[in-house]
Amino acid sequence: MAIYVYAENINGIYKKAAFEAVSYAKAIADKDGETVTAISINPTDSSDLLYKYGADKVLNIKDEGLKGFSAKAYAQAVNEVADGNIIVFPHTTDASSVAPMLAIMKSYSLITNALEAPESLSPFQVKRRAFSGKGIMHAKADAAGVIVTVSQNAFGIKENAVSGSEEVKNLSVANEDTKVISHEQSSGKLDLKEAEIVVSAGRGMKGPENWGMIEDLANLLGAATACSKPVSDIGWRPHSEHVGQTGKAISPNLYIAVGISGAIQHLAGVNSSKTIVVINSDPEAPFFKSADYGVVGDAFQIIPQLTEKIKALKG
Amino acid sequence: MKILVCISSVPDTTSKINFTADQSAFDKNGIQWVINPLDEFGLTKAIKLQESAGATVTVINVGDSTTEPVIRKSLAIGANDAIRINIEPKDSYSVAKEIANIAQSGGYDLIFCGKESIDYNGGAVPGMVAQLLNQPFINACVGLEVNGAEATAVREIEGGKETISVKLPAVIAGQKGLVDEKDLIIPNMRGIMSARSKPLTVREPVNNEVKVDAVSFDAVPARAAVKMVAPDNLDELVRLLHEEAKVI
Ligand SMILES: Cc1cc2nc3c(=O)[nH]c(=O)nc-3n(C[C@H](O)[C@H](O)[C@H](O)COP(=O)(O)OP(=O)(O)OC[C@H]3O[C@@H](n4cnc5c(N)ncnc54)[C@H](O)[C@@H]3O)c2cc1C
Repeated sequence: MAIYVYAENINGIYKKAAFEAVSYAKAIADKDGETVTAISINPTDSSDLLYKYGADKVLNIKDEGLKGFSAKAYAQAVNEVADGNIIVFPHTTDASSVAPMLAIMKSYSLITNALEAPESLSPFQVKRRAFSGKGIMHAKADAAGVIVTVSQNAFGIKENAVSGSEEVKNLSVANEDTKVISHEQSSGKLDLKEAEIVVSAGRGMKGPENWGMIEDLANLLGAATACSKPVSDIGWRPHSEHVGQTGKAISPNLYIAVGISGAIQHLAGVNSSKTIVVINSDPEAPFFKSADYGVVGDAFQIIPQLTEKIKALKG
Repeated sequence: MKILVCISSVPDTTSKINFTADQSAFDKNGIQWVINPLDEFGLTKAIKLQESAGATVTVINVGDSTTEPVIRKSLAIGANDAIRINIEPKDSYSVAKEIANIAQSGGYDLIFCGKESIDYNGGAVPGMVAQLLNQPFINACVGLEVNGAEATAVREIEGGKETISVKLPAVIAGQKGLVDEKDLIIPNMRGIMSARSKPLTVREPVNNEVKVDAVSFDAVPARAAVKMVAPDNLDELVRLLHEEAKVI
């Protein structure tokens, strides 16, 4: 039976998380001698992008009624075409809204926030994030089918090109309960959860007017920007940048924390970053205990200098 | 208008997370329990609707008797009454089934949940409840206006926001923004006193099926000791990031 995967797109464009989910599905399929079937709703991007990560087949759902996102209607659409007993989703906001509804429709087990390839396939068992990154749970599916959502940036994208084929599915799902009125996507801004490098700053920056140097460093590195909770509470930065236990959980390759104390609630959202750099004027800041590299010093002097030096490196 | 608010009782956010010696379960020793911080946004929004639209607010918790302090706190914040389903939760599905069972006959116009609970991070109960009730579901909700049998919801999406009109009844999973952090209600003495006499009904579970087992838990492996770099030697930091960590 094929391994199914939900390849999420935003406005028709595949998300990086979709490629990661396809890579994950491919890893399962290879273990099991199976194929990968990707499901996509109204994509404009080419299916070639999914073949590159191992999708043998792409089911393109064409449905005018699904132009705007609706968790329930999308779950219905996926339910109509997904015919396997393992279905992989990325753990994005949209996909992780659809997955629980689909789990009920299919009477499958749902395991969210998977961190690695499964430990076993029958029964399906996988390590997942728990206690906001302060613990790891080994979760086992009891039902005959399983839906698994893959924590973003945890498994990674793995190229694994196959020669795939595409099939168009014309559906007309009823979507009467919700209607998208407006959709605002800040263009050109890197998505925090997908970013490989994140430059983050806290109350140590003293005020929103000082964020220019954080943005300069981020731009140079092709990084997204983030902040601690008090910074977004006071309104120096938007809520969407707040990382931590009650904000976003992220796992970039590099997390640079500037003027952030490293409170346990902050760490909970960032401690699965692969490399952590902490810059703080207080040598006793708890964050140093959870960092790979640390600099004790004044951010206002260090950040501009660091930016210059990285610029020099990049030539 | 009738509102049901789902409340989960979770370890206080400063808790050190430990597991039992055989690693089969979370070690509850010495843990302080709080209302799941993400649920507080829904609860506060419900209380605001109670004040502005005369809504009645019922909180529901699936949990054994140890969760009652957290339920009482929700009543002190302003909920009218509470229901506790007397079972220790085992997975998202079993929790969602119990909530949906109560909601089925309750005629609620809105059901609020938090986007996820900060203990098991399932993020699954709200969507499951919605599907079990065949209701629309808005996840990661950061704004809500109710107008009669409809509501306008704003949800966070990656890199932006989306505004949606939704027919009630509906299930809303909230997070920061649904109400402002500064508007979260801290119970006052009057609230605490009146909470003691508000009805808290205990019901027995109707479902004992689980679909996911927690086989075991691991602590997160500790990071190697931090390498400190002198502030006047940032060339070294750049070298380490480039050559050792290979991240820039
Ligand atoms: C229920 C609950 C949930 C929470 N959830 C989250 C969450 O999700 N995310 C989160 O971040 N927090 C969360 N918190 C808050 C958390 O406990 C801390 O208060 C917060 O992380 C501190 O933010 P901060 O480090 O920016 O500020 P501070 O604690 O004020 O620390 C600022 C740091 O900047 C340093 N500094 C000052 N000046 C300079 C300078 N010139 N150069 C370099 N360094 C300097 C200081 O030494 C200090 O270490 C939560 C709290 C609660 C109660």
